[in-house]
Amino acid sequence: MDTAVENKKKATRKKTNKPKYNKETYLNWYELMLRIRRFEERALMAYGQQKIRGFCHVYIGQEAVSAGIESALKPGDAIVTAYRQHGIALGRGVSAKAAMAELYGKKTGIVKGKGGSMHFFFAENKYFGGNGIVGAQIPIGTGIGFAEKYKGTDNLCVTMFGDGAARQGALHESFNMAMSWKLPVLYICENNGYAMGTSVGRTTNVADIYKLGLGYDMPSEQVDGMSPESVHEAVAKAAKHIRAGKGPYFLEIQTYRYKGHSVSDPAKYRTKEEVESYKEKDPIKVTEKGIIANKIATSQEINKIKEKVKAEIEEAVTFAENSDFPDPSGLYEDNYMQKDYPFIKD
Amino acid sequence: MARELALRDALNEAMSEEMRRDETVFLMGEEVAEYNGAYKVSKGMLDEFGPRRVIDTPIAELGFTGIGVGAAMNGLRPIIEFMTWNFAVLAFDQIVNNAAKTLSQSGGQFKCPIVFRGPSGAAGQLAQQHSQTFESWMGNVPGLKVISCIDPADAKGLLKSAIRDDDPICVMESELLYGYKGEVPEGEYLVPIGVARVRKEGTDVTIVSYNKMVLTALEAAEELAKEGISAEVIDLRTIRPLDYGTVVNSVKKTNRLVVVDEAWPFAGVSAEVAYEIQKYAFDYLDAPVTRVNSADTSLGYAPTFVEEYLPNPAKVIKAVKEVMYIKG
Ligand SMILES: Cc1ncc(C[n+]2csc(CCOP(=O)(O)OP(=O)(O)O)c2C)c(N)n1
Ligand SMILES: [Mg+2]
Repeated sequence: MDTAVENKKKATRKKTNKPKYNKETYLNWYELMLRIRRFEERALMAYGQQKIRGFCHVYIGQEAVSAGIESALKPGDAIVTAYRQHGIALGRGVSAKAAMAELYGKKTGIVKGKGGSMHFFFAENKYFGGNGIVGAQIPIGTGIGFAEKYKGTDNLCVTMFGDGAARQGALHESFNMAMSWKLPVLYICENNGYAMGTSVGRTTNVADIYKLGLGYDMPSEQVDGMSPESVHEAVAKAAKHIRAGKGPYFLEIQTYRYKGHSVSDPAKYRTKEEVESYKEKDPIKVTEKGIIANKIATSQEINKIKEKVKAEIEEAVTFAENSDFPDPSGLYEDNYMQKDYPFIKD
Repeated sequence: MARELALRDALNEAMSEEMRRDETVFLMGEEVAEYNGAYKVSKGMLDEFGPRRVIDTPIAELGFTGIGVGAAMNGLRPIIEFMTWNFAVLAFDQIVNNAAKTLSQSGGQFKCPIVFRGPSGAAGQLAQQHSQTFESWMGNVPGLKVISCIDPADAKGLLKSAIRDDDPICVMESELLYGYKGEVPEGEYLVPIGVARVRKEGTDVTIVSYNKMVLTALEAAEELAKEGISAEVIDLRTIRPLDYGTVVNSVKKTNRLVVVDEAWPFAGVSAEVAYEIQKYAFDYLDAPVTRVNSADTSLGYAPTFVEEYLPNPAKVIKAVKEVMYIKG
């Protein structure tokens, strides 16, 4: 190999390995990603025991996206996403207890057992939900951003969607209006390669999803989603642009889901090798290695986090198990703000 | 000769037979080709008919439905599969504003022979957005026909009729019952659109239903039989046009009617049937028509909500006893 190239490679390697952020940031990323991973593993187990029902789409493999986004935002910013949302919700500060209880359909869940896996909401931290209709949240997130601008804040709305959702027409309508009205919206496509059994390339001529923003002159970039650091960097840069009043920004974050689309999908449409190649870049393992190698923290400190997370998830499961199902009469609650709404009950 | 077939396989046969028979018929939707359908209804069809006629779409309901409508106006016979009817909501513009109105607004110049199909109704703990029924919604629209049937033999014959029909037709299936088995005749047959079927004969009360609630009605009828109450169970099979004749004739015999309808109560199929019966069988009724619907609410995820929300045999039995003035 030519030495110039070799040197350049070394330089980049050195550059990416050198910690740029403080200890707390790395440990926060690590802890959140681990919390998400353990939460999802436990959720899958409970699903196997039929304690969780309905659809259940887990976030395993995509943890770095949630971690990198959260560290780059400021209080007051909002997030809205789709149904693969446990990890985003945990990142938003939904407790593992409230999240697990929701999956169990218990009244102590984050939305009182009303939503299940696809619909966590957390108004306190401006989490505008998981949405079960593919792409529906794209205009909704645009509207959340619209309201921030209307109210004169410098908050933005992170509007997340999958590679499959990127093909809904609503994306184009939203991009156009957000751009022409300079709305404070950070669009993030979590490109995990597949929409159910359909790989990105199979239903499009434009597999580089970030290019969809270019038709509207929206700044658009591709980001490595297996590293919280690169997600953080890209989000921080985009947020700066948005807060300067320059309008929306689009990030295509390339990530991967290790599991099938939902619990019932055997994922026969992809190879073992492909899955393994991503697991080698596993964001949790790589982050842990980096922390130790760069002496950001000791292995004792890492173990402490592991213990803490393990206990937290166990506590969440116990909490969910011991909570009650909502009373059936709750069906008539939360349909209207009007308290005495006259339902048909014949 | 008949054999046992699951609903999904009966529907598969209907589509495959019609595609063999008519080169203009094609199937389009999300995951219908390489994945064999989200619920495996189109299993093997890509292998037999190839990617020209079994087409995977991106997740773009409004777009591919509109493409179907245009293709139908231009001489083809598309079958548009929705993964569930909940997602067809995104395509209502094309179904309601175009498919349903093409013939009328073109003064008869363009017909729109297209089938929109997919599951309708609750399917376990899937929460608010994934648990809705659409027979009443689509049934409200002049220009559309609506089929909703889970009996494998009837569903097959109806789908074949729908594919051959020159009008746009919405076909409602059931996520939970794709594996539901029934006797299906060998060979070629059609089931006419717009004709209900008596699933169980009876003399004391008529229970009218459709889609998976027919099974709930039959279960209730079985329980009622043990108490000496003979219920006649009618499966509407087609929602629009609705076969009032079969219901009226039954009520003339039983003098009592309960409608079991998974849809919400307001302005739905149950309300429509009740209206027609009070109008055309008023003198034969011994009690007000009553109905069992899903609750007048969105459906939350918890099992306690699902139980409270849906019609079930106990609720049907209670309604039957109400129209029979039986206490307890
Ligand atoms: C409007 C609509 N169409 C179809 C579906 C069924 N569906 C649920 S998830 C999904 C795939 C979405 O893939 P992607 O956007 O890439 O998200 P990912 O699952 O990879 O996170 C489909 C087709 C739906 N929920 N809503
Ligand atoms: Mg995807």
